[in-house]
Amino acid sequence: MDNETRLGLYKTMVLSRSFEEAILRDYHADKKPVWDIGAGLIPGEMHLSSGQEPVAAGMCAHLTSNDAITATHRPHHFAIAHGMDLRLLAAEIFGRETGLGKGRGGHMHLFDPSIHFSCSGIIAEGYPPALGIAFAFQRQGKDSVVVAVTGEGAANQGAFHESLNLAALWKLPVVFVIEDNDWAISVPRDASTSIRSNAVRATSYGIRGTRIQDNSVEGVWDAAKTAVERARAGEGPSLIEVHTVRLWGHFEGDAQAYRSDLDSLIDPIPAYANQLESDGVLSREMIGSISQEAKMRVEDAIEFAKSSPLPSATEVDRYVFA
Amino acid sequence: MVITGAPSESVTARKLTTAKAMVEAISQEMDRDPSIFVMGEDIGAYGGIFSSTSGLLEKFGPQRIMDTPISETAFMGLATGAAVEGMRPIVELMFVDFFGVCMDQIYNHMAKIHYESGGNVKVPVVLMTAVGGGYSDGAQHSQCLWGVFAHLPGMKVVVPSNPYDAKGLMISAIRDDNPVIYMFHKGVMGLPWMAKNPRSLGPVPEKPYEVPIGRAAVVRTGRDLTIVTLSLSVHHALDAADELASQGIDCEVIDLRSLVPLDREAVLESVAKTGRLLVVDEDYQSFGLTGEIAAVVAEKDPRLLKAPVSRLAMPDIPIPYSRTLEYAVLPTAERIAAAARLVMA
Ligand SMILES: Cc1ncc(C[n+]2csc(CCOP(=O)(O)OP(=O)(O)O)c2C)c(N)n1
Ligand SMILES: [Mg+2]
Repeated sequence: MDNETRLGLYKTMVLSRSFEEAILRDYHADKKPVWDIGAGLIPGEMHLSSGQEPVAAGMCAHLTSNDAITATHRPHHFAIAHGMDLRLLAAEIFGRETGLGKGRGGHMHLFDPSIHFSCSGIIAEGYPPALGIAFAFQRQGKDSVVVAVTGEGAANQGAFHESLNLAALWKLPVVFVIEDNDWAISVPRDASTSIRSNAVRATSYGIRGTRIQDNSVEGVWDAAKTAVERARAGEGPSLIEVHTVRLWGHFEGDAQAYRSDLDSLIDPIPAYANQLESDGVLSREMIGSISQEAKMRVEDAIEFAKSSPLPSATEVDRYVFA
Repeated sequence: MVITGAPSESVTARKLTTAKAMVEAISQEMDRDPSIFVMGEDIGAYGGIFSSTSGLLEKFGPQRIMDTPISETAFMGLATGAAVEGMRPIVELMFVDFFGVCMDQIYNHMAKIHYESGGNVKVPVVLMTAVGGGYSDGAQHSQCLWGVFAHLPGMKVVVPSNPYDAKGLMISAIRDDNPVIYMFHKGVMGLPWMAKNPRSLGPVPEKPYEVPIGRAAVVRTGRDLTIVTLSLSVHHALDAADELASQGIDCEVIDLRSLVPLDREAVLESVAKTGRLLVVDEDYQSFGLTGEIAAVVAEKDPRLLKAPVSRLAMPDIPIPYSRTLEYAVLPTAERIAAAARLVMA
C-alpha cells in the first residue's frame, strides 16, 4: 500500500472525526440548563459514528461518485468518506433550507443523488433498496457498485437475510458492510446473535464473506479492494464485517450505564497516526496541519449552516409529491 | 355521561410520572400472574428507551424480562404463539413507526386468529409502543399511526394521556383476552430529557385498579364547544381551553382514551349539549380518527350541530425534521385555540 493512499485514509478519518466533534459541541451547547432532546440549534436524536471511521475510510477509498452507498441511522462517516459536501450535510443537520433535504429530512435521512448516497433510520431497511440501485447500474450497463451498510444488530432482521439471498441469486454488484461495534443500543452482540461471524452467514447464501477483527483501516481497505473489484467485474456480491468500536453513546444523551467496556476502548485515529508516524509516513507537524485543515473545512460548513435560513413554515407541504 | 378522570388530590396524594405508572402496573400484574413476561428491544438493562420497563429486569430477572434481537417479525410472532398456548406476553415495539417491518404478524395473525378460529383460540398480547413527535425526530420516528391499528379489525387500541389512566389501562390491557395495542406518547411519559406537559406527573393510587377499555373521559366540562381528542393533544386542548375560557368560550374536552372500542356515546352526549365539535388528532388527517368522529355525529343526527365539524390533525405530510416545519403542522395549544375560535365565529 503506497504512502499516499495511507495518508489519504488518515485524512478521511480525521475529517470525519472533526466534523462529529463540531456537531457534538453544537448539539449539546444549547440544551441547558435542563437537557432537552428537542431543544437547541440541532434538535432530535443524534447518532455519532466516532470510532467507526476506519470502516468508511477503507471502503470509500475504492469508490467514485458514480458508486452508491446506502447507510444507516449513523451515517456521517460514510457520507463524508464518500465525498458529501460538508456544507450541505451540516445545513441539513441544522434543519436549514440550504441542507441536502431542505431541512425536511434530518441527520438520519440524508439523500445526495450527486454521489448516490442515501440512508434510513429503520434498521436493515437500507439493504433492499441497495439491491435495486445495483440492479439499475447493471441494467444500465455501468460498472458502478453499491456499498450497503448496517450495524451488527441489523443482521438479525429479515430484510438482511432476504437481501443477501436475492443479491447472490441475481449476482448484483453489492458490497454488504456490517459495522460490528459490539452493541445495538444496550444489547451486546452475544445477547442478540447466534453466531460469531456474519461472514459465515454470507457464505451460507453463496456470498464471499470476510470478517476483520481489529478495526484496522488498512484491513478494511484490503478487503474492500477485492470486494469492489469483484462487483465491478460482474462477479456478484460480497460481505465484509468489521469489528469496530462505538466510542460514544448510542445517541447523544445515552448515559451508557449498561456498558462495562468503556475503559478498554481503542480510538483508531491516534492509533493509526502512531503507526504512520513510526513508519515514517506522518510527522508530528503533519498531524497538526491535517487536523487544522480539517477543522477549517468543518467550521466553514458549520458557519454556512448556522447562517442559512430556516425553511419557511408556509412551504411545509412542498415536496410531498413530484 | 360518566366522568371518569383521575381522582382528586384528596383520594391519592402520591404522584407518579406516566412511565412509572406503566411500570407499576406491569410489575403488580407480574406479581399476580406468573404467565406474564415482557420482551422487546432495550427493555432489560436499559429499561426501555422511553422508560416503560425501568427496574423490571432487576425485579423479575432475565427469564421474564427479555431483550430481543432486532427481529420484530420474529418476536411479534413469538408473542402470538406464546399467548395462544396460555402465556400473557407484553411486547414492546420501540417506536410505532417500526410496525412496517412486522405488521403481518400483528394484523394478519395476532389480530385475526380469534375470529378465524371461531373464538376457540385467544391471543392475550399487550403490544406497547411509543408514538408521537414534537422533538425533531423526523419522518420515521414521530408518527402516531393509531388510525392504522384502529382501522384493522381484531385489536383493541388504548391511548392513555396521563399517569392515572396509564396504570389503569395497562392493567385492563393485561387482563384482557384480546390483543391490545397500548400506545404511549413520548411527551406524556414525564421523561427527564424531553420537554413535557406538567400533567405527565399526576396522582396514582398504589393498589392495582382498572380503567375500563372503551370508555372516554370528560376531562373538562363546558357548554359552548366539544373538543374530542386523545394522548398528548388532551393536554394541549386543556391548555387551549383555559385560554379560551378567558375569552368567554367554554370548552368541553373529551379524552377518548380508547379508539377500539370507541366511546361513541360520550361524543354524542357532549355534542348534543354543546352543538359544536372540534376533533384534534396528532395522527394524519385523511381516512383517520377525525373523519371517524365526524361520522359518529353525522350518522346519528347532523342536526345536533350548530356549526360544521372542524378537524385539526397532522396534514398528510411526512413529519418534517426542522422545528419550524414540524411546529407548523403539530396540533399545538395555539392552533387548537385558533381552530376553536373559528368554530365559534
Ligand atoms: C426496525 C427498527 N427496529 C428498531 C429500531 C431502533 N433502533 C435504532 S438503532 C438500533 C440499534 C442498531 O444496532 P446496530 O444495527 O448494531 O447499529 P449501531 O447502532 O450499533 O450502529 C435500534 C434497535 C429501528 N430504528 N428500526
Ligand atoms: Mg451495533
